[in-house]
Amino acid sequence: MEEIRIGVYICHCGFNIAGVVNVEEVAKYAATLPSVVISREYRYMCSDPGQDLIKNDIKKLGLNRVVVASCSPRMHEPTFRKAVADGGLNPYLYEHANIREHCSWVHDDKELATKKAKDLVRAAVKRVYRHEPLVVKEAPLNPNVLVVGGGIAGMQAALDIANGQNKVYLVERDPSIGGHMIQLDRTFPTLDCSECILTPKMSDVGHHPFIELFTYSEVEEVSGSIGNFKIKVRKKARHIDESKCIGCNVCEEKCPWKTDSEFEMGLAKRKAVYIPFAQAIPHLAVVDPNLCAYIKSDGKKCGACIKVCEAQAITPETLLKQTDQIVEFDVGTIIVATGYDQFDPSVIPQYGYGKYDNVLTGLHFERMTCAAGPTGGKILLKDGREPERIALVHCVGSRDQNYHEYCSRVCCMYALKYAHLAKELSKADVYQFYIDMRCFGEGYEEFYKRCSEEGVNFIRGKVAKITDEALSDEEKGKLVVISEDTLLGKLVRVPVDMVILCSALEARSDAENVARIFNLNRRADGFFLERHVKLDPVATPTDGIFIAGCCEGPRDIPDTVAQAEATAAKALSLISKGTITTEAAVSTVDESICHGCGRCEEICAFHAPKVASKNGTLVSSINETLCKGCGACAVVCPTGAISIKHFTQDEILAEVAALTEVS
Amino acid sequence: MEVLSPYKEATDVILEAGGEPLKLCYQCGLCTGICPWNLVRSFLVRRIMHEAQLGAVDFGSEDVWTCVTCRACVQRCPRGVEIIDVMRAIRRAVAGLGIGVVPDALRISAKNIAGVGNPLGEAPEKRNDWAKDLGVKKFASGTKILYFPCCVPSYDPDVKAVSRSTATIFNKLGIDYGLIGTEAKCCGEAIRKAGHEDTFQSLAQNNINLFTSNGVKTVVVSSPHCYHTFKNEYPELGGKFEVVHITQYLASLIDEGKLKLSKKINKKVIYSDPCYLGRHNEIYDEPRKILQSIPGVELIEFPDARENGLCCGGGGGRIWMDTPKGERFSDIRVEQAVGKGADIIAIACPYCFLNYRDSVLSMGKAETMQVKDIAELVAEAIG
Repeated sequence: MEEIRIGVYICHCGFNIAGVVNVEEVAKYAATLPSVVISREYRYMCSDPGQDLIKNDIKKLGLNRVVVASCSPRMHEPTFRKAVADGGLNPYLYEHANIREHCSWVHDDKELATKKAKDLVRAAVKRVYRHEPLVVKEAPLNPNVLVVGGGIAGMQAALDIANGQNKVYLVERDPSIGGHMIQLDRTFPTLDCSECILTPKMSDVGHHPFIELFTYSEVEEVSGSIGNFKIKVRKKARHIDESKCIGCNVCEEKCPWKTDSEFEMGLAKRKAVYIPFAQAIPHLAVVDPNLCAYIKSDGKKCGACIKVCEAQAITPETLLKQTDQIVEFDVGTIIVATGYDQFDPSVIPQYGYGKYDNVLTGLHFERMTCAAGPTGGKILLKDGREPERIALVHCVGSRDQNYHEYCSRVCCMYALKYAHLAKELSKADVYQFYIDMRCFGEGYEEFYKRCSEEGVNFIRGKVAKITDEALSDEEKGKLVVISEDTLLGKLVRVPVDMVILCSALEARSDAENVARIFNLNRRADGFFLERHVKLDPVATPTDGIFIAGCCEGPRDIPDTVAQAEATAAKALSLISKGTITTEAAVSTVDESICHGCGRCEEICAFHAPKVASKNGTLVSSINETLCKGCGACAVVCPTGAISIKHFTQDEILAEVAALTEVS
Repeated sequence: MEVLSPYKEATDVILEAGGEPLKLCYQCGLCTGICPWNLVRSFLVRRIMHEAQLGAVDFGSEDVWTCVTCRACVQRCPRGVEIIDVMRAIRRAVAGLGIGVVPDALRISAKNIAGVGNPLGEAPEKRNDWAKDLGVKKFASGTKILYFPCCVPSYDPDVKAVSRSTATIFNKLGIDYGLIGTEAKCCGEAIRKAGHEDTFQSLAQNNINLFTSNGVKTVVVSSPHCYHTFKNEYPELGGKFEVVHITQYLASLIDEGKLKLSKKINKKVIYSDPCYLGRHNEIYDEPRKILQSIPGVELIEFPDARENGLCCGGGGGRIWMDTPKGERFSDIRVEQAVGKGADIIAIACPYCFLNYRDSVLSMGKAETMQVKDIAELVAEAIG
């Protein structure tokens, strides 16, 4: 066996490490460890000169193992592996000791921190001694892409990828694509009509030869890993024949069963058979089985739609016999763009949402100001009158530790937009109750200025209560908004006719389930977690799965579109390369010990182990392309037949022994 | 133009006691909007927080003594600022550092508490006289429950009805309980909120030593203020015993079938949540459960009940200070009770008792509106 020659490099990371840990002392100590040929400390090991130290030492001193003690391996383990490879060694003959996050950042006592740093370095040296060279392999990547969510984020990502002539499966839960954006009236700060800028994109998605659209569908299962995901989609029964429906809407006109329209936020009704909105894509009817009397009575009642459907798209068959379908396909990458829910303000009882007719949310007001909406673009109170005064309440459920601590980022701007629209569409006076005005995007501050010029009243204070209890004649029949005007230093009561609660954007109520299906992590606030908040904002900890738009946190349309395009670029870059490098630190089976019990098969999330008969006995084998090296199989293996390369028992025990050694 | 020159020592005291959360205040003014004082006069809670952040509190202002510590603001503060702690710290700075004036009425009560162990200035040896004719035994090692009525129900001629009713109920049910010796002193909850920290520490130590040396394991209290300090403040000073409010205790006896209420009280009863039972300790259901168990009682609710219940005005040492007519929260409450057609305002706190009694009398409603502690009603209904 060749002589082991280890080089150890201690990074100062400026003052990040050197401010607490005595790096010179650690380097001197490392030089005394067995097989260590050279030990150095340097200001920034990740810099080019830092990496050159490693490369030159490998060549000049004949190093065959390298340890760097620096920051978290998450960012720079790949950097140093590459440096080791550039120096001519196998990149797996490298070990990383984290003396920043695990040491200098969490300790104040310099002496003890230095001692701990030495311990960590010693453990790394003991482990690297046992490292073996590993081979990185390549596997083909399936060029097809799954996009989940047909809002603006999902549509944009799908179009970008499909325009490069790559196949996209776009799965949308609702009967039509469009998402929240199609519900909006106009968009800040330019005031373009949301429908006008969105419907061309919806149409493109609907007709794109490279996009296969699944609406009224949900992804049920995802297996496999980057390059080779297997997808199972549940296509819910529309209870119509999609190939025959021409979207003529006669069925909806004749259907006698009504309920609140989801699209119109309950400001209008829809029928049991309906097309969600005029520009719906696909323009197909859908039957609500919980409302349809024909379905509920098993064909004994109603059936009005069957009689009027000239295209014969609705039949007793489609209504009673059609069931959900499971569709399966394979993709190489996935983009999750599942959007947000609007915070339900009824959990703040003092705001009276759900109790007072004219306390509404932002999405209600969007529908109301929309020319094609339920009021024909008129701002109307429940009784049909026009309001004389409108209050806009900011930060409802946002910036409040009782609900959501984060700022929802769009409310200040849409509240300004509402003020402008209220001025344009009615004679109402507008009162904005805000804490801080946050108008940071392109053209946003200018829009704030413009609305100020239009004569909006700004009251700085968080609204304490909305009540209909009048203390004076002026307040009779009004909603009274109570808040401190913190700039006046006075408690004010403002009688108004209509209150718009600028409700927070929150994570979808089923985000936990979606996270489970796609193996995503969630932040404490419920939104999906990106791999790195600044430097890898659309990737997730799971390779090949990207996130875009409001499922990752509240954001406006420009940011959402930019993010969607970023996910598309990520997917296209993978497609363009065409292959993926597989994990080298994978499981191996010692067939002489394996009993073929199959526990490894059960536990593996990536379907890598497979038990099969070999020479008459059952043994497990690992598909190295699928294996992620997570180690789950090695843990459950009752005989110890499975081990993980680079994390062998010998290596880990050597590391532990070194850590528990008294230095 | 005014030069901003923070009073360093006072700022330190406030920041230390108000802790980190004070720094989090982002001046939204929600506290002002919620504070019940603004129903009757202006009281800018937010501004005081800002002054406290900058060390620019006006220690001479009467605002220093205004807060009733009802917790309505803390409960909904979007940044979790412990506003009561800040108010208490400001008062501590005035009382401890002598940089402002302690109101006369409070000064007298504080002097009484420090001197004789009760705010009324009554003789300590008479603390247990209320129970003289009821045959209540003295707490001895092995007695199951210590009943601790605290000061007002021990000395006040009207509020004695609370302690006497409690003893009557316990006697009838044959509960193994006793009273601690007259060395006991005020629990100190309110005087602490009024900024007299040293007095509180000495009261607490006295009571903890007394309870511990007598082997007290469980204390039943009539006052939510005793409940709060025994449960949440005494433990860190070494006083560790089970603390049960009388409403919790009676409700559990009803649950276990040990307390049966048979005599009818055909009245409309409205319950006023005490701040220190409700918002401070989240006990809302037990008092209502007891009232609903009394045959004939129709339980009704104030427009703002439970979490949103209006304070009687007696917390934070305000019980000892003068509140001018027109600014009394209990007056508003009595009006609301009349408006709801109630016959009885049921309370579960001695301070509520005093304030509602005074409001009913001064408003000339004594003929039509009764103020009764839940223990009194139970004693009546037990038959």
